[in-house]
Amino acid sequence: MILHPAIIALLTGSLLTSAMLLFASFFAVRIIRHWNLTSGSELQVSLERRTYLIATVMASAFAFQLLSLFLFIHTADTLCTLFSGAMCAAGTLNLNRYGYPALLLKLANFILSGLWLVVNHADNRGYDYPLIRVKYRLLLVITPLVLAETAVQGLHFLALRPHVITSCCGSLFGAAQRGIAPTLALLPVVPLLAALAVAIVLTLACGGCLLLKGRGEYLFASCAALTFALGCVALVSAIPVYVYALPAHHCPFCMLHREYGHVGYLFYLTLLGGGVVGLGVGALQPFRGIASLSAELPLIQRRLTLTALILYGTFGGLALWQVMVSELRLG
Amino acid sequence: MGGVEKQRCIIDFTLSSLLRRKGKNGALLVVYTLVVFLLASVMLFTQAIRKEAAAVLADAPELVVQRIVAGRHDLIPLDYMGKIGAIRGVRAVSGRLWGYYYDPLFGANYTLVVPEEQAGGLGEIAVGQGVARSSMASEGNIMPFHTHDGRLVSLTVARVLPASTELVSSDLILLTAEDFRMLFGVPAGVATDLVVAVANPAEVPTIAAKIARLLPDTRPIARSEILRTYDAAFSWRSGILLAILAGALLAFLIFAWDKATGLSAEERREIGILKAVGWETGDVLAMKFWEGSVISLSAFLAGVVLAYLHVFVAAAPLFEPVLKGWSVLYPRFRLTPSLDFAQLAVLFFLVVVPYAVATIVPAWRAATVDPDAVMRG
Repeated sequence: MILHPAIIALLTGSLLTSAMLLFASFFAVRIIRHWNLTSGSELQVSLERRTYLIATVMASAFAFQLLSLFLFIHTADTLCTLFSGAMCAAGTLNLNRYGYPALLLKLANFILSGLWLVVNHADNRGYDYPLIRVKYRLLLVITPLVLAETAVQGLHFLALRPHVITSCCGSLFGAAQRGIAPTLALLPVVPLLAALAVAIVLTLACGGCLLLKGRGEYLFASCAALTFALGCVALVSAIPVYVYALPAHHCPFCMLHREYGHVGYLFYLTLLGGGVVGLGVGALQPFRGIASLSAELPLIQRRLTLTALILYGTFGGLALWQVMVSELRLG
Repeated sequence: MGGVEKQRCIIDFTLSSLLRRKGKNGALLVVYTLVVFLLASVMLFTQAIRKEAAAVLADAPELVVQRIVAGRHDLIPLDYMGKIGAIRGVRAVSGRLWGYYYDPLFGANYTLVVPEEQAGGLGEIAVGQGVARSSMASEGNIMPFHTHDGRLVSLTVARVLPASTELVSSDLILLTAEDFRMLFGVPAGVATDLVVAVANPAEVPTIAAKIARLLPDTRPIARSEILRTYDAAFSWRSGILLAILAGALLAFLIFAWDKATGLSAEERREIGILKAVGWETGDVLAMKFWEGSVISLSAFLAGVVLAYLHVFVAAAPLFEPVLKGWSVLYPRFRLTPSLDFAQLAVLFFLVVVPYAVATIVPAWRAATVDPDAVMRG
């Protein structure tokens, strides 16, 4: 284990978040089982009071969760100088078998936490707690994942031993390896970028249509999901090639460095943010029929759509700009 | 009322209510600022000194070869130079003479180095600012030294090294090879270690491996390894200090929890009246959220600014001995100011997140009081 300030901060944050979620889950089970708005019993009144506490706890926990993803990537990137052979976060994460699972869990929890915050925001708009059971069920899904993330992240940090020779991005995302990431890296660059461009244009078109006519929420959410998936693949395959102007360098982390203007953070932020709000539009659609939300939900969905359009637009513009200014020309 | 306008009004109310209870909030703010200041000082200082070390080591040799006898560093025969020079990719090999000298008179350790280019004549030395300060020596003075066989010799201070190099030269004495060998009894034909210049830096690990194979009693040390070790050592030290400060942080959190829980009768009545005139639980929670944010943000900013001044203007008098080393001759220098977003994020996770967690439950308890229960007393 390395006693680095960022590691202490991440472990503290994760432990606190896990404790808050466990506390919230305990009450979530009670709320799911006993919630009855028509009853005036003592239990119901106390649950109604508790729900304010849980919502505040969860909102804080998820806000930390969103921040911690970026701190985690940054820390992995900073620590690479301690390990010979590691040149960026890819090397640090590859030091033991917990690094990449921790990152994937953090990504999944980022998306789920974001969706929970969207549902919670909608629920607060209705006077009769319309989505209360939905959001607490979702909470029970997220809690084990966050606990797993805390455990895996802790194991990763505990197992870090400086001076361990590790293979870095050059061999990890290079052609000679097997596994998901290297396979993705081998995808043809130009067709993948074309597919991403089509997906972004489709998303923007569907979003525009949704904003103008107020129809096609599911279609928009599907397009947003497709763009998100293609964007993720492009981030380990096509985009890095242009950022570094090296046809064989597919690392998604080196672009976080200063020499590339920290452009990686912008890519991650816009893609993840766009993914959360885009999927949020679809996640809210099943509740359009609820009377207390009939006025508010379309408004929320419009705002989410607009945000998704801005974020995906920025992502697409950024990728296009990188391809245009890159000294690399393919196809 | 629009959402933003509503929050603006709540913030307005929160600020005036905070100002009404100056004593209680002031005390919290002072303690909070102090905690941020302590943690931020540690982090800024280690980060700056790590950068300083990296900048200093940028000019260090690519590869140093030491001889190891029975697990200890020993003098290396100069005829090893021929074998190493024959390895393909090695541009030049040279021997270095350096060592430490304990001066019992001033209780200080000096680093004695023979520079590559002849610095002065026989019997002349150049001393660093720290040496000059502690031994009160100036140009033209003589400094007494005990040789390895107990004789007393005097060397003349020909030059005091400039203050701008103090970080690396504070405890340094430069002398000629002849004086060095005479002082320590180092025979001709051996050196303290060998410096290897490598044409292509990418080949350093390969050449190091070849040297280790060719001369099994040696230990090649690459510059990147030294940098890595410094990095690990400084991270470790700041981590240890942070772990020790965790006690202070915990005490602060208990203090914050206590302050947030112990609502005065006046505050309870205020919240009761607010709820009676139509504020919802969510609004009171928003008020508490803004209250926490105002206090956290003020303390965070004040603490970071104070830490910045402490580390980069006052040269960190509080932590210097722990974080820098244990030498008697401290260099006097000003660190290059640096502050990055990641450090602030780490600090935020270490202080603000635990504070928020500690105050959520008290805030909720305050927000869910029944107006009639409060007003009836």
